[in-house]
Parts: sequence; structure tokens; C-alpha cells
Amino acid sequence: MPRWVRHRYASLVVLAVVIALLPLLFPSSYYYRVAALVWVSALAAIGLNILMGKAGQVSLGHAGFFGIGAYAVAIGPTHLGVPPLASLLIGAVLSAALAYLVGRPILRLKGHYLAIATLGLGVLVALVITTEIRWTGGPDGMPVKKLVVFGWRASGADTWYWITAGMLLIGTWLALNLDDTPTGRAFRALHDSEIAARVAGVHVDRFKLQAFVIAAVYASLAGSALALMNGFVNPDQAGFLHSVEMVTMVVLGGLGSVIGSIVGAAVLIMLPQALTVFQEYEHLLLGFLIIVSMIFMRDGIVPMLAKLPGRRA
Amino acid sequence: MSKQSHFKTLFAAAAIALPASMMSFAGTASAQQTVKIGSVLSVTGPASFLGEPEDKTLRMYVDKINAAGGVAGKKLELVIYDDGGDANKARTFATRLVEDDKVVAMVGGSTTGTTMAMIPVFEEAQVPFISLAGAIEVVDPVRKYVFKTPHTDKMACEKIFENLKQRKFTKIAMISGTDGFGASMRAQCVKVAPTYDVQIVAEETYGPRDSDMTAQLTKIKAVPGIQAVVNPGFGQGPAIVTRNYAQLGMSSTPLYQSHGVASKSFIELAGPAAEGVRLPAAALLVGDKLPDNDPQKKVVLDYKKTFEATANQPVSTFGGHAYDGLNILVEAMQRANGADPKKVRDEIEKTKGFVGTGGIVNMSPTDHLGLDLSAFRMLEVKGGDWALLPPGT
Amino acid sequence: MAEFFQFLVSGLTVGAVYALVALGFTLIYNASDVVNFAQGEFVMLGGMVTVFAHAAGVPLPLAAILAIVVAVIVGISLYWLAIAPARGASAVSLIIITIGASIFLRGVAQVVFDKQFHKLPSFSGDTPVQMMGAAVQPQSFWVIGGAATVVLLLYLFLERTLVGKAVLATSANRLAAKLVGINTATIMALSFGGSAAIGGIAGVLVTPITLTSYDVGTLLALKGFAAAMLGGMGNPFGALAGGLLLGLLEAFGAGLSQLHLQGRVRLHRHPRRAVRGAAGPVRRRAVERV
Repeated sequence: MPRWVRHRYASLVVLAVVIALLPLLFPSSYYYRVAALVWVSALAAIGLNILMGKAGQVSLGHAGFFGIGAYAVAIGPTHLGVPPLASLLIGAVLSAALAYLVGRPILRLKGHYLAIATLGLGVLVALVITTEIRWTGGPDGMPVKKLVVFGWRASGADTWYWITAGMLLIGTWLALNLDDTPTGRAFRALHDSEIAARVAGVHVDRFKLQAFVIAAVYASLAGSALALMNGFVNPDQAGFLHSVEMVTMVVLGGLGSVIGSIVGAAVLIMLPQALTVFQEYEHLLLGFLIIVSMIFMRDGIVPMLAKLPGRRA
Repeated sequence: MSKQSHFKTLFAAAAIALPASMMSFAGTASAQQTVKIGSVLSVTGPASFLGEPEDKTLRMYVDKINAAGGVAGKKLELVIYDDGGDANKARTFATRLVEDDKVVAMVGGSTTGTTMAMIPVFEEAQVPFISLAGAIEVVDPVRKYVFKTPHTDKMACEKIFENLKQRKFTKIAMISGTDGFGASMRAQCVKVAPTYDVQIVAEETYGPRDSDMTAQLTKIKAVPGIQAVVNPGFGQGPAIVTRNYAQLGMSSTPLYQSHGVASKSFIELAGPAAEGVRLPAAALLVGDKLPDNDPQKKVVLDYKKTFEATANQPVSTFGGHAYDGLNILVEAMQRANGADPKKVRDEIEKTKGFVGTGGIVNMSPTDHLGLDLSAFRMLEVKGGDWALLPPGT
Repeated sequence: MAEFFQFLVSGLTVGAVYALVALGFTLIYNASDVVNFAQGEFVMLGGMVTVFAHAAGVPLPLAAILAIVVAVIVGISLYWLAIAPARGASAVSLIIITIGASIFLRGVAQVVFDKQFHKLPSFSGDTPVQMMGAAVQPQSFWVIGGAATVVLLLYLFLERTLVGKAVLATSANRLAAKLVGINTATIMALSFGGSAAIGGIAGVLVTPITLTSYDVGTLLALKGFAAAMLGGMGNPFGALAGGLLLGLLEAFGAGLSQLHLQGRVRLHRHPRRAVRGAAGPVRRRAVERV
């Protein structure tokens, strides 16, 4: 096996190659849009996977952070005169702060209290967005001003394909890096056995909290990117169903696998596009496929496929 | 993760990513002999009671038009996608219609949320888009390529307040849904109330899926001097409000519903509690009760007969909006003698005297809806059926 | 006072339904550690099957029984066809399976039934009963009474029958239960069936008040789950208390708060309650396995 393949960044290189070559197969800009949606969802899923796969905690309200990011770039430029990129950063900081405030007391408790706390948090964010009509446009959402950087307007599906792909590459690189930092090692220890990690001197609560904050920032940035790409936002993006969709992406792709999150996002974004031809049978099939894939690939798609060659040998 | 497994992960990723991404490249070769019309509707999800009749109507009438020889010598091909009520999905399907299916026009967008998300796609691609959504913001400000067929929520408020004024009611309470429809109509009602000397003295809201509104209504009941209650909302909410209203013995105060409940199923769901409820709605609901000289009578009766024969459910004004949209488009294509999107757009804008289920449509460069208040009829539920209120009552 | 009683009845009625859904969550969670997000779909099936059987001419009581039977069959099939084959998968994978199942069941319902809203006639008429100044729908008594009966029967079943004790043993310690000769797989299937029956009964009871459609399950599952968590996941009495509390908070929140938000009160409380209560209002000792 050549040395470079074993390198930790090999998956990153493959991802970059896939991103670079994929457009050659695109017959129309619709495909750019679907791919860009995959990149955005994947970014959020990678973040959530750090929390779920590494810190072993579930967030059932992650779309709340996604929504904060999305509405930050909508409200900032429209109502407050803050430029889009600054709004994006403000959204990320807000999400991080909120995650910190909620996570700090909750993550000291044993068990899955983060799940219930984030469930409440997510529904609360969605509720505020639907109710504060003057700021958010209410249930129908609001338009988002186009991203203008130094006079250059970011519009068009192909432009956003490259922007979101860039964000995904950076997000993937950071997540892969995390594996080899002390924090990453702490996460792994945590995931294997919390008690053992605690005994070994890992500040379990602190690392859980870090993972939660990181996950919130990823989701917030993904939300901002989607809002800027779409040119509109609406409360669905912060809704419970979107949270569930994100969790499904992570688990379907494989807990703890960075590439898995990208694959999980790709599957869940493209399936409805492919299944739409079945019309009223679409949901039936979608549900069926989720069940079947979880039964036969219970560790997720990527870890399962990764095992295959080994088994044959 | 060990280095060994990095390689495997990578292998796995490549193995899955490629075929998965190929999946969406299923060929979309299309014949040039047909004219493609697109539609994105909320056939499933919380707004399915809008999307489903719209979907059925479009399919039914495209078949009918094709059986009669098509439009300008070409058959119509209808591409419908279901957005499940999700605006983000609607946006993606809109892109798919324009970029991939290359439709020449679009009739769809069941809700205001999905419509607003899709507008930029059609404006940018310069493809005419006839929306089926209620809120006034769809056509105000006027956008070059966007039209709509349903009456606006502002008109519904005006029609209700007009009736209140005739009855000399000035103090009312409102209980509105917090869904898109309810919130938007509530805002419009609050805005136009002063012009009709109507004072909103109590306001309550309920969530789109709430199943009991007695608490909110009890509060309204406790406010003295209320002469009427208005309920902007759609879906099952207004039916529950109506039932709770009767349960609490509030029926002596007139209750006004909106055009959001304009289908027979509202009366079925609300049961006897619906008696005496008033609402503004299109002529479609009372087709057989219209005087014979009413220009809309023939159109609405024909549509009702066709729809109920095929769809196996009572006619609703929502399906009617799709009928109007499709026929406005088809007539414009005939006038343009082809399917060039720009010419079709110009002709849609010139629509004059089109008799639809929603009213008589006269569009102009400053009015992409083309309906006035006369398109709404004031109805009352009597004996388990709609009754046309004579003017002045 | 009259207003207070009106809110109380409204809250108890809605809360009883949440409590039943939460109880369904708890029963399955105890037996198998699965958080079953298809729980709301059982309620949907209870309502929709009754509506359609009744419309087809089946008398209401028979239609209701049929609906509950259908829900139970679906519940048991869910276990044998989707959960049992994935044995050994992580808890979160099993949750995703139940989410898939809920999407699947909703998809089936929209094809088999339709996408319209439906109602059932109230069991004993629509004439409101005047009680302490409040107007109460007779169906509310059916819902509250029905929920109480279900809870009582479940309690008797668990405490007084051998099978019930096997369920308790399985939830206490699966390995130990297996060692003493309990067929834990059957017990788990039974808990899915029982939980589906509870959901189905809730659907039958509540449809005359709340109406039903193919997709009522999503929100009920969310609220029932919140109620179960509020009461400390896995504790049947906690689930009951959580459900009623949630219903009451909603009713009083909508009735009393100056904010026009039915949900705000409830949701504000969640995280804090979780912190303060740690294991919910009804505390339970837990043994940590290493």
C-alpha cells in the first residue's frame, strides 16, 4: 500500500477530487444545486457527528443552531445593516454561546439529558422564529440579501457549489485533524468508556461541552450558507423534523466517521429527488429504505463498507 | 481510527459516492413535440389538503386538454413534484423544473412559504409562474413573471369587515392560527380594520396542530362587548375552533371563518357547530345556488362535476385555483400561438374577462391577480350546507 | 373559577392523550431500550382505521376494536420485522429504525387511506355537560376515564400476572431474566404489541375531539416523548405525570399567559426541569453498569 493512501488526509484528497470532477457529469445547474445541498447538509452532519460519534451525546434540536445561522444572515443585513459575512460570524458566535449556556449545566448530568434539553431548545428557537414576525417574517419566512464580497455577487447554483464545497473541505479537514489532537484522543476515550476516561484524568464534562459547542458552530455555519444560497429562510430549517433528518444522516452514514456523514447527507438529500418519480409511494419507500439500511448496515454505511474488504481477506 | 481503516473508509467513500451521485442522473430526454408545464405542489405534509386537490385538478385537465388536441397543435406534458410543504425542497424542485425539465411555465406553489422560496428561480430564468398561494405578498410588489389565482388574504379581511360594517359591528375578537396562512391573514386584518371602523379588542392564537382551543376561547368569552369573532386559519384548526365555540355556548356571537376553510369538509368536520358560521369564499362552493345569469355559473358547475366524478371527494376552492391557473396559462399560450415563455408571460398579463372558479380575472401590468372584492361571495352555513347571503345582510 | 375549571378539563383531556403516548414510549423503552418514534403512528392508526371502518358500515364499537387490533398487529410486526433483525445494533441505530418505520407507516397510510382530515362521532353525543361553570364535552370523560382504565389495567397486568412480572423482570435486567428462563424476545414483542394497543386506544378515544389525518402522529410522538422525558424516561408513573403536566401547562399557558404562545411556557421549563429533577419528578434509583 503506498504511503500516501494511509495518510490521514487521504479521504480529504479523495473528497477534493470528487468535488473537482463531479461537475463534469452535470448536465444542468439543477445538479449543482443538489450537490451544493449535499455539501451544506454534510457540513452540519460532520459537526453533529463530533457530538454523537465522539462525545456519545445526542442533540435532538440541532436544527435550532442551523436556524440561528440561517436567520443571522437574513436578519443582520436586512434589519441591522450588518454585512452578510459579519452576520454569519455573529450567528456562529451566538450558536456557540447558546450551546455553552445550555450544555454547561446539562452535560454534568449522567445520561441523555442533552437530548431532552436540545429538543426543548430546538422547538423554542423554531417557536421564536415563527412568532417574531416583525424580525423573521413569521411562518412564511423572509428573503435573504445576496452575498456581496468586495463588489462580487455570489449567485447561481454553480457558484454556490464551489463555495459550499470549500466550506465542506475546511470542515472535513478540521474534523479529521481533531482525531489526532489531545481533544480528539479525549473524545475517543470518552466514547469507549466514560468512566475509564474519567479515571484517566480526562475532564469528561469539559470535552462533552467542547464537542457540543463545535457541533453547534458547524450547524450554524451550514445554516448561514444555505440561507445565502437560497436567498430566503423559513422556520422549517429550524424545525424538529430537520433535527431528526440531521441525526439520521449521521447514523446512516456511520457514527464517528467523517466521510460517513458526507455519505449520509448525500443519501438523504438525493433519495427524495430520486424517489419523487414514485409519487405517492415516495414516503413509503423512503421509510422502508431507512429501515433496511439500518438493519443490514447497523454501524452505518461507511464503517460497514470499510469492513468488507477485511472480511474477505 | 487506525491508519489502516482510513484507507478502507476512503475506499468505501469512493465506492458509495460515485454510484450514489449517478443515481440522480437518470436521463431526462424529452420529446420536442410536447409542451412541458411544471408544477411543485404540497401534495403531502401539513398543507396536503391544498396540494392534493390541486394535483388532481391539474392531471385531470391536462388529460382533457390533450384529448381535445392540445394547445396550439402541441400536446401538454405535465411534470409535478411534491414538496411535502417544505420550502427548501420546493426551491430544489423549482430549479429542477427550470434547469432540467426545461418547462415553459409553472402552475403551482400551494403555500405562500413554498411560493416565496420558488419566486427567485422563475424570475431569474424568466419563466412564467402562476402561484396558487393566498398571501398578498406574492403579487405585491408585482414581479414580472409571477402571477397568482387565489384571492388575497387582504381581500378576505375586507370582505368580512364589509359585512361587519353592514351589521354595524365595531368590536370584534380574533383567534388566529400561527401557521403561514393564519399569521399572514391576521396581519392583513389588523392593517385594514381601521378603514372599516372595526376595533379588535381581544386577540388569541393557536398552533397549527393544536387540538383544543377552549382555553383561548374562554379568554375571549370573558371580554365584554365583543360583537363578532373572526378566525383566520386553515386546515383542521378552524373546525376545532368552531366546535369549541359551540361547546362553550358562544354561538350567539357571530363567528366568521376565512376562505381558508372553503371546502365542504369544513362543515363535515365541524358538524352542527358550523351552523350560522359566515365566510367569504369563491362562487365555486355555491355553484348550484347562483342565479342563472351569473357568468360564473356554468364554469363552476362544470368544474365541480368533473372534479367530483374523478377525485371522489367534495370540491374545494383550492383545486379551483389550479383550474384557473392552468386555463389562464393555456389561453395565454393559445393567444401567443406557441410556448415561448416571454410571449406567454406577456399574454398572461393581458388576460381580460377570463371566467374562472375564483371570479372574473382582469390582469394588468400593475395587477397580477386580476380579481376584485366582487369575486368573493359571503356565505353562511345553513342546514349543513353553504348558503349564499343576500347582499346587505 | 369557572375559567380555571375550563382550563383544567382542557388540560387534563389533552394531557391524558400525551400520557398514553408517553406510557407507550415507556413500555417499549423498559423492555428493549428502544425509543420508539413510531409511537404516534399507533395513535394515527387507532383513529384512521376506526374512521374508515365506520365509514364502510362497521358499527363504531367493532370498528374501534378492529382499529386497536390493527395497531397491535402493526406493533408486533414492527418488532419482528424491523427491531429484532437489528439486534445488537446501537440504541441510536434502533431509534433511526423507528423513525424509518414512522415515515413508512405514514407513507402507507396516505396510500391506503387519504390525506384529508376526518372525524368520528362522539361516543355519547355532543351536548356539553355544565360543571362548575365550565362546559365539558362528554367525550372528555371518555378520554380521561379511558386513560385511567388503561393505566389501571396495565398496573394490574404488570403486578398480578406471571407474564406481567416477566415484563418487569426483563426491563429490570435482561440477562438475568433470560437466565431464569424468560423468553425475552417474546416479552419485547409483547411490549411492542401492548404499547401499540395503548396508542390505538388513545387514537380511538381522542379522534372525536381532535380529528385525525394520516400525519397526526409526528407531533403526538414529539409531545409524548417530551412527556416521557419530563417524567424520567422509563418510569410509567413519571410518564403519566409528565403527560398530564404537559397538557395542563399547555392549557393554562394558552389561557393565562399574556404571550400569545401556547408552547412557550412548556418549553422554557424543559431544560431547567431536567436539571433540577435530574431523574424527573418521580425519582428512581439506577445502577450504572461499567
